[in-house]
Amino acid sequence: MDHDRYADTYIAGILADARTIAMVGASAVTNRPSYFAMKYLLGKGYEVIPVNPNLAGDEIQHRHVYPKLAAVPGPVDIVDIFRHSAAAAEVVREAVALKDKLGIKVIWMQLGVRNAAAAAEAEAAGLKVVMNRCAKIEYGRLSGEIGWAGVNVGILSSRRPLLSGRGVQDHVIAGKP
Amino acid sequence: MSIDKPADREPGFSTLAIHAGAAPDPSTGARVTPVYQTTSYVFNNVDHAAALFNLEVFGNIYSRIGNPTQAVLEQRVAALEGGTAALAVASGHAAQAVVFQTLMQPGDEFVAGRQLYGGSVNQFNHAFKTFDWKVVWADSTKPETFLEAISPKTKAIFCESIANPGGIVVDLPAISAVAKQAGVPLIVDNTLATPYLCRPKDFGADIVVHSLTKFMGGHGNSIGGAIVDCGSYDWLSAKKNYPALQDPNPSYNGIRMAETFGNFAFALAARVLGLRDLGPAISPFNAFLILTGIETLPLRMAKHCENALAVASHLAGHPRVAWVNYAGLPSNPYHALANKICPRGAGSVFTFGLKGGYEAGVQLVSNVQLISHLANIGDVRSLIIHPASTTHRQLTDEQRAAAGAGDDVVRLSVGLEDVDDIVADLDQALAAR
Ligand SMILES: Cc1ncc(COP(=O)(O)O)c(C=O)c1O
Repeated sequence: MDHDRYADTYIAGILADARTIAMVGASAVTNRPSYFAMKYLLGKGYEVIPVNPNLAGDEIQHRHVYPKLAAVPGPVDIVDIFRHSAAAAEVVREAVALKDKLGIKVIWMQLGVRNAAAAAEAEAAGLKVVMNRCAKIEYGRLSGEIGWAGVNVGILSSRRPLLSGRGVQDHVIAGKP
Repeated sequence: MSIDKPADREPGFSTLAIHAGAAPDPSTGARVTPVYQTTSYVFNNVDHAAALFNLEVFGNIYSRIGNPTQAVLEQRVAALEGGTAALAVASGHAAQAVVFQTLMQPGDEFVAGRQLYGGSVNQFNHAFKTFDWKVVWADSTKPETFLEAISPKTKAIFCESIANPGGIVVDLPAISAVAKQAGVPLIVDNTLATPYLCRPKDFGADIVVHSLTKFMGGHGNSIGGAIVDCGSYDWLSAKKNYPALQDPNPSYNGIRMAETFGNFAFALAARVLGLRDLGPAISPFNAFLILTGIETLPLRMAKHCENALAVASHLAGHPRVAWVNYAGLPSNPYHALANKICPRGAGSVFTFGLKGGYEAGVQLVSNVQLISHLANIGDVRSLIIHPASTTHRQLTDEQRAAAGAGDDVVRLSVGLEDVDDIVADLDQALAAR
């Protein structure tokens, strides 16, 4: 599949179906992109599980940090990779090995992270792949929220945006409970 | 529910002009974008407030930084220009000030084509000097002069697509090649062309600025400006320093804009730093009026160009007219370039010369009955000005000639009236003594 351009329906489907996101390379430093993304995705009702060997046993945003994917107990829908592009290969290999045990369905590589070989390996194992995208930005785009920052969401709609009901200025994407 | 199709359908220009950014209001269902005439927005709780201030979540805080009516305008302009994001501000000049404030440090230089709106020439020569930003002038009709003007201190290149007062169409691909070679972003003022006639991004622009006051709003009722981030300049791998984008930001907890916001980092930095700190916010009501204007942009621009061509052709054959400088005329030296850069038309602002010189210019603007004698362009109404007796009167004869505002020069902004009435008004005013 073309990893330079994803159909909105592809990304929306992934974000609507997922409940649990394992964030590999999650940081406890509050100005890192992974910290921003984790905070935003928790706010949207996802269960985010930080994975980082250097912080194993600590907490990030009140969530227990696991040393590696294999140590994560529960189901994982998306493995979200906040590592450099070369390191993504190893994470993907681990995820492919654990896909049945953890129920992994999607490999997601953060904005700036691209690894075509790893993507091909994941796809061969039946996983969906998103590369070089930020889950926070994609959620903000599909829900329309990022439009408040003047960002061209690329979606026209004659339907009202969906409100979360959790407070003001909180939109959700279709199909997300 | 996911469907693996290669890409979603791209809507056409007219559809974007009406719909981009404007879903129905989520709480009331209002179909037209409401005027959110408010300064501020309540927070859900302390955590929500903190997350907004830290840029961790999206949302409105205070209308100096962003407003929901303004946000629809921004998305609309970004979509029409093919950009990743936009920022609307109080005027075209504010757009330029905020762009350069985001890019420049004291002592830095930028190269600009000298064929610009006179107000921009003033802003660059005088106001920017007080910030110690130095403009180095090049000739927009000779792209090689931009290369000659580049120095190690150059941080950007600036030009207009169709230059005001008109007639000149700029070779954007050639100037973009210079910008790429120099490793700096190309900023294009697309006010006279609008994205209907020209999309600078398609010719290599990295940032597009607008005076929305002109054709975009189109009705002469609101001052406004916009900055479009084309998402094409890679701040992180740039060899030049752009601290606002590349360095940890002390007022945002140390985040790096380019790292956190990727291909819309420039628009975001311009908002949360430039607009926040300099303060030229657009009024929600102006944003609303300009948005309404943009809905008919394609129809208006097509008609503006059709009327301008008819008026220019008529004047070219008029016994009291010495010359007409409109790139839409096949005899014009910029006609071939216009066919490449703005194939749908050369806009509706142009200059022409009167055989009778200064006196004839004064007579013409004094005698028009339908056309308005004033200092603006891009209105549904036809507008006329004689620069030598108004906007450029304080200059010397030599300076006036260099600025394309010699004694005999008249500038027209052809409106949307019946073209026969525009022509008849010019004829009677030219005939009168
Ligand atoms: C090409 C161009 N750029 C910028 C401006 C400045 O815009 P504003 O008057 O909205 O500040 C103008 C205004 O005449 C213009 O014609």
